[in-house]
Amino acid sequence: MQTPYTDSARDPATVAAILEAHRGTPGAMLPILHAIQDSLGHIPADAVPLIADFLNVSRAEVHGVITYYDHFRQQPAARHVVRLCRAEACQARGADALAGHVRQTLGCDFHGTSADGKVTLEPVYCLGHCAVGPNIAIDDKPYARVSTARFDALLAACGGER
Amino acid sequence: MTCTIFVPRDSTALALGADDVATAIEAEARRRGIDLRIVRNGSRGMFWLEPLVEVATPAGRTAYGPVDASDVAGLFDAGFFDGGAHPLSLGLTDALPYLQKQERITFARVGITDPVSLDDYLAHDGYAGLRRALSMAPGAIVQEVIDSGLRGRGGAAFPTGVKWKTVLGAQAVQKYIVCNADEGDSGTFSDRMVMEDDPFMLIEGMTIAGLAVGATRGYIYVRSEYPHAIAALNEAIANATAAGYLGIDVLGSGKAFHLDVRKGAGSYVCGEETALLESLEGKRGIVRAKPPLPALSGLFGQPTVINNVISLASVPLILQKGAAYYRDLGQGRSRGTLPFQLAGNLKYGGLVEKAFGVTLRELLVDFGGGSASGRPLRAVQVGGPLGAYLPPSRFDTPLDYEAFAAIGAAVGHGGIVAFDDTVDMAKQARYAMEFCAAESCGKCTPCRIGSTRGVEVMDKIIANQDRPQQIHLLRDLCDLMLAGSLCAMGGMTPYPVLSALDNFPEDFGGSDAAPDQKAA
Repeated sequence: MQTPYTDSARDPATVAAILEAHRGTPGAMLPILHAIQDSLGHIPADAVPLIADFLNVSRAEVHGVITYYDHFRQQPAARHVVRLCRAEACQARGADALAGHVRQTLGCDFHGTSADGKVTLEPVYCLGHCAVGPNIAIDDKPYARVSTARFDALLAACGGER
Repeated sequence: MTCTIFVPRDSTALALGADDVATAIEAEARRRGIDLRIVRNGSRGMFWLEPLVEVATPAGRTAYGPVDASDVAGLFDAGFFDGGAHPLSLGLTDALPYLQKQERITFARVGITDPVSLDDYLAHDGYAGLRRALSMAPGAIVQEVIDSGLRGRGGAAFPTGVKWKTVLGAQAVQKYIVCNADEGDSGTFSDRMVMEDDPFMLIEGMTIAGLAVGATRGYIYVRSEYPHAIAALNEAIANATAAGYLGIDVLGSGKAFHLDVRKGAGSYVCGEETALLESLEGKRGIVRAKPPLPALSGLFGQPTVINNVISLASVPLILQKGAAYYRDLGQGRSRGTLPFQLAGNLKYGGLVEKAFGVTLRELLVDFGGGSASGRPLRAVQVGGPLGAYLPPSRFDTPLDYEAFAAIGAAVGHGGIVAFDDTVDMAKQARYAMEFCAAESCGKCTPCRIGSTRGVEVMDKIIANQDRPQQIHLLRDLCDLMLAGSLCAMGGMTPYPVLSALDNFPEDFGGSDAAPDQKAA
């Protein structure tokens, strides 16, 4: 269904290097998880015991942290991640209608991946552009005043590399 | 002569195409052989005009906006780089009424300077507060902040200086300054603007806090949804460190202050201070019971100052100009200014820094220009997802912590989200419960279970099943959550729910929703 953009053969070495780089960092759990996800696209299950061992906590504790925070993924996302703001300021400017259009266009619901496997759709609760919603971010790049037509154009524009 | 053009780098301006405009200006200047210097400044906070391009002229900075990349060739034809007339020209930026009517003291530099240029910061009164603080005893710095009347701008409005005094008095080898930059409330963006558009101000404020309480290490906990803020802070911290404003010997004083940025991971409740500390320590962001106060047992169990971005960013000015300068603005026990954030369905949404006492109507109408849709405004939510929904009959309430508390509302972080008359308030009440259910940390039952039951009850009300009984149940549930929750997540979710029910009963089945209507 999804194409992982990681080479799992290099995962253990990458994780080991990240752990080493955080030796001595106070409260290193979140920085480590961010670094792993930034490099590998997600937190592979194999990384959990390595992190637990390094931080001298249980695997359950690491698993608990990963699953507590919405930002961390246990599975790779698709090539592109569309995040659509669902919070009040965007609601007041038509975000619900946009959300309907986006779900229909991608053929998936929130937290899902489009029918063609190329776009993951995530909800987000505020991107901080509340005066000019509805707002979305595509792969961390922000877009404001997104109409349904603008969304279609933005989606088509990232189609080249899809 | 080189012309200087300003194109904002604030992420809202980027979301509206500022990078494309900057690229187009650069290309067009090259094509025409015109010598231009492009400065990527912060945003002035007039977001309906973004991307707002400014040009330095002998008379002052002249504004053009909103500029699309396709407008750039025409702007060159009109000689905009010399301040030439064009349909998009707005005249001198400083003369625009939206800015003229504000009291921009904390946001004085925002939109004017290059955010990551230390030279620019120094040229605009930067680090004057730290220099004065370095000549003062720690207790005197704390007293200055107490005397200013500054209260926590994150929403709880606890006196900042009093918090500092507790930390100053605590005995410990290591103390911490933590900045709560987990600005998760919808309708708020003033923290984001400080971090992206004037990060040195926050860095300076935290350094002063460190001197005041004897803390040598600070952390800025920024939400992961704000990548541009994280990047700007890291760049500014590197520049400040290289110039000796941070590090083992701040400006040769012999005092150390180290500062790091930490990235959150998409948990709203981590904006609650004790959950934030847990998260910084590498755990799930679960709320702690208080006491002990973070001031005595905070990060890693050590005495910790934890303040919101705007609280800390207000400190350099207070130290530079003295407590009286700040205290003389505002009214009652709400002293100084608050950067209000006009959001949602408003024509002129943006950042408005005003002294406390301005009314909602002035903000919504005089600044905001009414609804963007052109329809009547029906409700405004003040203070984020946990704030009350207010009807037009409350629009003359002055923005003041006590005045808002008196009408069952909260000023909170100063975010104001406007809705037109197409809003369905029962749906908004349901959303408030749904949001609480999604974001609850799960530690206390009223919040964890109450919010889920709240969604179910709202579904029945919306479906018109046993409305009088369900509304009675909803009020009961809200009462329990208000009184029994461990933190503001569960404790304030009833604010939007009950205010929607009380102020807009017609959306809940009219007379069924009346507070005196009791189920049989």
